[in-house]
Amino acid sequence: MSHPCLVTLDSRSAPRTLFSGDQLVQVDLPTGSRVLYPKAPIKPLNDVDAAIRYAINHPEGSEPLYALLKPGMKITIAVDDISLPLPPMRRPDVRERVLTIVLDMLADHGVDDIEIIIATSVHRRMKDFEVRHMVGDKIFDAFWPDKLYNHDGEDQDNMVFLGATDEGEEVELSRRAVEADLVIYVNLNLVPMDGGHKSVAVGLCGYRSLRAHHNPEVMRQCHSYMNPETSALSRSVDRMGRLVAKKMKIFTIETVVNNRMFDTPLAFLAKNEDELSGSEQVALRALRFSLDKLPQAARQAIFQRVPSPYGVIAVHAGETEATHAKTLVKNFEQYCVPVKGQCDILVSGIPYISPYNVNSFLNPLLVQVMANGYMFNLYKGAPMIKKGGTMIVLHPCTDQFDNEHHAPYIEFVHRLLPETRDAVELHKRYESQFANNPAYIEMYRAGHAYHPTHPFFMWYWGEAGRQHLGRMIVVGADNEYIPKLLGWETARTMEEALRMAKLTAPPDPDILCLHMPPIGMAEVTLNNGSRPPVSSKRW
Amino acid sequence: MPASYFDVDGTLVSSNLIPPTLYYLANQPTPLHVARKIGKALLKAPAMVWAELQDRRLFNEVLFSTFEGMSEDRLITLSDDVFERVLKPKLFPGAKDLVQTSLDKGHDVVLVSGALDVVVAHMAKYLGATDYIANRLEIKDLYATGKLQRPVVAGPNKSLLVRDHARAHGHDLDACFAYSDSYSDVPMLSIVGYPVAVNPDRRLRLLAKAYHWPIIQLQKAA
Repeated sequence: MSHPCLVTLDSRSAPRTLFSGDQLVQVDLPTGSRVLYPKAPIKPLNDVDAAIRYAINHPEGSEPLYALLKPGMKITIAVDDISLPLPPMRRPDVRERVLTIVLDMLADHGVDDIEIIIATSVHRRMKDFEVRHMVGDKIFDAFWPDKLYNHDGEDQDNMVFLGATDEGEEVELSRRAVEADLVIYVNLNLVPMDGGHKSVAVGLCGYRSLRAHHNPEVMRQCHSYMNPETSALSRSVDRMGRLVAKKMKIFTIETVVNNRMFDTPLAFLAKNEDELSGSEQVALRALRFSLDKLPQAARQAIFQRVPSPYGVIAVHAGETEATHAKTLVKNFEQYCVPVKGQCDILVSGIPYISPYNVNSFLNPLLVQVMANGYMFNLYKGAPMIKKGGTMIVLHPCTDQFDNEHHAPYIEFVHRLLPETRDAVELHKRYESQFANNPAYIEMYRAGHAYHPTHPFFMWYWGEAGRQHLGRMIVVGADNEYIPKLLGWETARTMEEALRMAKLTAPPDPDILCLHMPPIGMAEVTLNNGSRPPVSSKRW
Repeated sequence: MPASYFDVDGTLVSSNLIPPTLYYLANQPTPLHVARKIGKALLKAPAMVWAELQDRRLFNEVLFSTFEGMSEDRLITLSDDVFERVLKPKLFPGAKDLVQTSLDKGHDVVLVSGALDVVVAHMAKYLGATDYIANRLEIKDLYATGKLQRPVVAGPNKSLLVRDHARAHGHDLDACFAYSDSYSDVPMLSIVGYPVAVNPDRRLRLLAKAYHWPIIQLQKAA
């Protein structure tokens, strides 16, 4: 018997409601199609503050935090940026809670040389109101902007080269972190690819370090990003993190949130459409009607401006790897739904948000990341879809960009993609050109733009999906140009897309539909019970 | 090697050509000279307003005609003061970083300004710029005639001067950057491969958005 979150449709099943950007679209899927729903949110901890105190006083593989403190020592606290969680968490953000407790403890131990760095890596700098939302008024007023600030991976005077791993991966980190007596990392783990060594080794590094693993070769060896055991990216980051851990004292605090993305009025969006109550069906119709009539900016505001009621389900602290192992158990418990057998056709809505467009528009390159990168990779074990299968996604693919946040993306999409979609060629021919573009670097350092290499990383992020999938069909695109640039086919309706997909699928194809967000993951075993293939490469 | 061409007034400094000119006019040998110079300048004010509405090049010519009769010595001697007292305090907080980033990436940095060369030279030195293109007063018998040497650095002429400079120094314009705040510099921005709007005025901002040119706000630099 299959898991309750894996629903097989029959002839009486209602249409499924999927996201297409910030619209909701109803689609009819053939009888026998399976729909993967997210698990119900795990019940949050009753007393989060107590859990934080317990974790830092009873850490994994480390002395308690208080035992590491000495009066007058130099402490650097690093904290995850706004790319997590999605949408931003309702106040108080769990990072504020952790910081409050940690800062109190530091004050009690006579530690006052404290700086808090937002570990943005090559993400955009967070704006003051975003930082305030994350750390709370009290901490913001006390520390911003001199002692609480965004990381700058291009500030060459304040980056320190730590060395290279045996594989030649260069590790360069923030000087303030390297020269601190103790680094305390405050993490928020939304999905299994977050946290662990990635926190410090990626969050506080620059392009020199990132290029070691954010490249087409490594990305192609990830099966999947969401499973650290079979992700070459994760293994590379671990190697770099271990080098960092040898040279710096790090105390990691990881927090895990559940998948309660929608509050009660919208909670029905995560439910099986056949089980909606009468009032929920009316609410769904009203929501679809409203979204259909509202302008795009208003739709975006509805979904993005309302913080999500995520609940904290675990807090662990201590040595990075021991802590992260416990975190991953909880992440997988929240997300993984067992799925037997791969599908021939994978259907997925693409929502309005990604980690890289908080408070801005999901541009075409990010749509690609959501499809080939995130949705495709929401698996553990074997990929959800057979090699060479067809993925069908729903999104308008509007040719729109945020000039402030995504300036280098525009040139990438409109100048480079018409030249080539080959990730290796893009990597070799254009990446260093962008990396040395002084205007984009200035927009990253002084403005709020992503680093000029970030669009390349976004393209590479889709590489595992592109290498595995045979075809990608997008339903509901409002133009032909962007899908063509991305190498996608277009269909006006789901019916048409399925008809197109079946042309290259076996007779009576297996169809799997991802009903997300909220987030869920498939733990896929092959029908013959065999283990999924694992790359024999060094990764 | 690519080059980065920077407009100066409004792009790197929150000033225009008038304050440096006034500083010169206000620092004459005697109070009588000062009164005479400023009086003449005031008489030319309506012509300047009219010229600005017509053409930036014309405005520059009317403005610099107020330098007529000023000694070359005085122009050079005061230029250091003009930079230190008038322009340096008005540099945008991120201006030096912006120029330094280009230098770090191996670019030649060239300042392109309608201001006088003797003043721009100080700014170029302070910012570490490789070169500058600026207006030059015609000097006859050690005194300024009040006329600008051709070509006047303004508007579309800037694009010709940048093109000539690139050719003379072996820069591929497709690989070059140009930075400006003003719609009047669109010709200069249009001839390079990488145009950038810095603190753009309304019309340039609209254009930059339409063509997806990067927009940098130096005023907000932390």
